[in-house]
Amino acid sequence: MGIANSVLDAVRTEMGCHPGTYPCKVGVRIGEMAAIDQDALRFCFEAMIQDTDLASLELAIEVCPLRYRCQVCAREFVVRDYDSHCPQCASLETTYISGDELEFAYLEVEEYGASTVGAKSSQ
Amino acid sequence: MERVPLEQKVLSENDRIAAELRARFTEHGILCLNLISSPGSGKTSLLERTLESLPRHDRVAVLTGDIQTENDANRLKRFHFPVKQITTGGTCHLDARMIERHLADWKLEDLDLLLIENVGNLVCPASYDLGEAAKVVVLSVTEGEDKPLKYPSIFFKSDLLVLSKIDLLPYVPFDIDVAAENARKVHPGMEIVKVSCLMGNGLHEWKMWLAERRRAHKSLVQQTAS
Repeated sequence: MGIANSVLDAVRTEMGCHPGTYPCKVGVRIGEMAAIDQDALRFCFEAMIQDTDLASLELAIEVCPLRYRCQVCAREFVVRDYDSHCPQCASLETTYISGDELEFAYLEVEEYGASTVGAKSSQ
Repeated sequence: MERVPLEQKVLSENDRIAAELRARFTEHGILCLNLISSPGSGKTSLLERTLESLPRHDRVAVLTGDIQTENDANRLKRFHFPVKQITTGGTCHLDARMIERHLADWKLEDLDLLLIENVGNLVCPASYDLGEAAKVVVLSVTEGEDKPLKYPSIFFKSDLLVLSKIDLLPYVPFDIDVAAENARKVHPGMEIVKVSCLMGNGLHEWKMWLAERRRAHKSLVQQTAS
């Protein structure tokens, strides 16, 4: 619920920079290791926008895999089933690069009047 | 339709406060640890055993989080160190602002060690940085040994796994080696201590880990200052 609230706060803040438009879609990047349950986030997000000015806002989630880099051969790879061996040289001297994201990617905004979809409760 | 790139973290406000807290902890040479587990895994018992073993003049304080009641703070106050309860009133995790608010009337210059007991939950506390130097995850042997695989994030982000209640091992179908193996699958090289707060087994290893962390943190802070 806290995460969904933070997403909506950021959307509202960002909308201050785009007068004459309404938000259609917000994109977030969530890493496999971010401890965010997508379904729970979606559920909270939808519950929180219901009957508000953001009721038609769509949440797009991009899942980012866990990525490591090999210290021996410098290969970067996606970790599957927690197997952190380098797929190229089999070394276990590998370090974390990413997979913990909880970030905004983008916001899609539409000018009022450009489309009837989604504008209903914003006007 | 226009797409506006938004390059910021979802929890940027929490992260900002956490970064401020971390800077204050560093400035005052405080090692801050964030203890996380499911409800009932033994975080408070581990803190009780820890506090009772520390000298009375030690510069230690505890913040303990729960959704309701002051029970944990009352358990921990008898050791005469500063203890404050954070009741979240429904929120399933602590956030950096709660820590900031509850530290407001403590003199940080009087502290070397701040132990934060998070709300019992293996999921959300993993997302909220509290400005700690390290997270410590506690897993009791009455839970499943596959918990590190089911809730990988917190095991991935914690420096130490405390396997607790090991006195119950003869009575429960819990394979402690498999649990350790699962934790190290998610977090290669993860440090692990096995303790029984009731019988005292393994507490020495935990205290050694804590003492070593305090020593390392102190020398790091001194290096940064000089």
